[in-house]
Amino acid sequence: MKMAQAEVKTQEYWRWPEYRRTVTEKDWRNASILTAGVDIGSVGSKATVMVDGELYAFAVMRTGGVSEDTAIKVTSWALEGTGLEAGKLHYVVGTGYGRVNVPFAKKTITEIACHARGAHYIYGPTVRTVLDIGGQDCKAIRCDEKGKVLSFLMNDKCAAGTGRGLEVFSDLISVPISELGKVSLSVDQEPPPVSNTCVIFAKAESLALLRQGWPKEKVAAAYHAAMADRIVDLLTRVGIEKDFVITGGVAKNTGIVQRLERILKIKPLEPKMDPILAGALGAGLFAKALYEKEQGLR
Amino acid sequence: MQRLCTRRSRGYAKQLKAHYGYKDGSGDYFIIIDTDKCNGCNKCVEACPYHVLELIPNEYDIEGGTMAAVKEEHRKKIKYSCAPCKPITGERKMPCILACQPNAIAHSW
Amino acid sequence: MITAGVDVGAKFAKVVILKDGQVVARAKTLVGFDVLKSASDVFEKALKEAGLSRGDVQRVVATGMGRNTVLHNQPINADEVVSEVVADAAGANQVVPTVKTVIDVGAEEGRGIKVEVGKVKDFVINERCAAGAGTFVEAMARALEVKVEDMGPLSLKSANTIPMNAQCCVFAESEVVSLIHSKISKEDIAKAIHDAIAGRISSMVLRMGVEKDVVLIGGCALNPGFLPPLEKELHTNIIVPEYPEYVSALGAAVIAAKPAR
Repeated sequence: MKMAQAEVKTQEYWRWPEYRRTVTEKDWRNASILTAGVDIGSVGSKATVMVDGELYAFAVMRTGGVSEDTAIKVTSWALEGTGLEAGKLHYVVGTGYGRVNVPFAKKTITEIACHARGAHYIYGPTVRTVLDIGGQDCKAIRCDEKGKVLSFLMNDKCAAGTGRGLEVFSDLISVPISELGKVSLSVDQEPPPVSNTCVIFAKAESLALLRQGWPKEKVAAAYHAAMADRIVDLLTRVGIEKDFVITGGVAKNTGIVQRLERILKIKPLEPKMDPILAGALGAGLFAKALYEKEQGLR
Repeated sequence: MQRLCTRRSRGYAKQLKAHYGYKDGSGDYFIIIDTDKCNGCNKCVEACPYHVLELIPNEYDIEGGTMAAVKEEHRKKIKYSCAPCKPITGERKMPCILACQPNAIAHSW
Repeated sequence: MITAGVDVGAKFAKVVILKDGQVVARAKTLVGFDVLKSASDVFEKALKEAGLSRGDVQRVVATGMGRNTVLHNQPINADEVVSEVVADAAGANQVVPTVKTVIDVGAEEGRGIKVEVGKVKDFVINERCAAGAGTFVEAMARALEVKVEDMGPLSLKSANTIPMNAQCCVFAESEVVSLIHSKISKEDIAKAIHDAIAGRISSMVLRMGVEKDVVLIGGCALNPGFLPPLEKELHTNIIVPEYPEYVSALGAAVIAAKPAR
């Protein structure tokens, strides 16, 4: 579902591609514990299917108008082609913004706890600081060697510093969102960051800059620079301890990641799998632990 | 409190600091609750004239217990929710901070 | 004495020409990318309406976000600039001499001012966040696919209270879309939007304390849907003067006319 490069008048630059994948040769039929984690974000919904605590299949799609419907859709899509039916899952944990309703989940666990756990799964036990940049929020989490949360901060009030802010900009300068980060890095010299924090005002400011003749890359760079500064501010509130990792959809934006590295002078770990899945992975792992507890296996 | 003793005996000095609030174009607004210090006494919840706080189960600790937190509906508008206790001029007496004996609650603005 | 007040706001530039204490002309225009040009054009428009030339105007005082653009710059060549808070106080005092509290909600900023005989005693500003000002209503109008000027009347048709979770303009747009999906009526959504912004503005104003008479000015004062929730939150009735969006410019013109400056 890669975006066409040609200028199509009705092209929605802000729309990122939806996808699903079956990742391992592991056969669910031989497994003891089948669980699922469903992370319903404000912008993106993710479902993971775990087989004995290992990632087996997943799906990522845009959250629709009714989140309960999306929960069902994304989970079904994750299971598609695997032969495994939702009814055979031993335990499902839901997570996401607010107390979102995943109708078929047995338990809902806070997204903070799920992200910390999921980050450990993706990056390993050395993780101590997790930065999650989602569609409509930005979280900073400090955790211990087991992925247990020690400290957290979440900003889901303001669009600046979130994926939605980037969507607004990709639409503004007509660059597909999956390439926005790269475009922001193709400047010779880093311009001054956009002075307005507010995305609405920053957009107006950028329109003026474009009118003054600023090329797209420069405007993209200015916004990414401002966003990175803002994220660092939030991170500094909880403090940063190595190893530092980034999760969430925006972790795939090289423009943000490289700028963060530059400012913090710490290199975030390289993900072994899609960082957008952290929340759903954590939920799937909690599901396994809860099932085991329920069955007296612990 | 049992939780604290377990931590101390293991030589832990870890704190679960929960930051509730946000930063936007107009400023930085966070209520910070140090859950190591918070003993779930509920005094801050009762003291707040605008019902901004509540007691929730501590999901971050296996041993559980309860801890104070900012209610979900106020987290995104904490600047406005707490505005009446922060007059422009005159003395600032924040009931939640005054009510908390272990000094577990703080405001960033 | 003939003076002029120029209020170069974030969205509109307003001009008021005062002759011996009486308003002889008012003009406003949208501020484009060339701020100086927009301000100059509207100034010319006001002069024409009054049948005057630039030379007839003895003093010009500018206020608003873009006030420095016109300071000592032709053709307006403002003599002095004053902050919005000062202009608001002077202007509100001119139209409502019993004013003690001014609330000015413009396109990008919301202000509360405590006034004592036309002078600023205290103030609070809600700035740099689009959700705290008129831009919010505009953006929501787009999301609802309704004309901005219809938002107010639409909201007045609703008697329901639906809380809005989003406190950000960008997120609120998505929330409006999902409210529409949930089959909530446009009237109810419009009311929720006005309740939300009135709640934010009044929270800030309450930090200063509210003393009667309370006067509402600025572009948002033209929105009939804004007044009822604001009066409800502040537990007082609020006076909206004629031409509320011009009160700041009027204040600047009044200051220009003051002797011994």
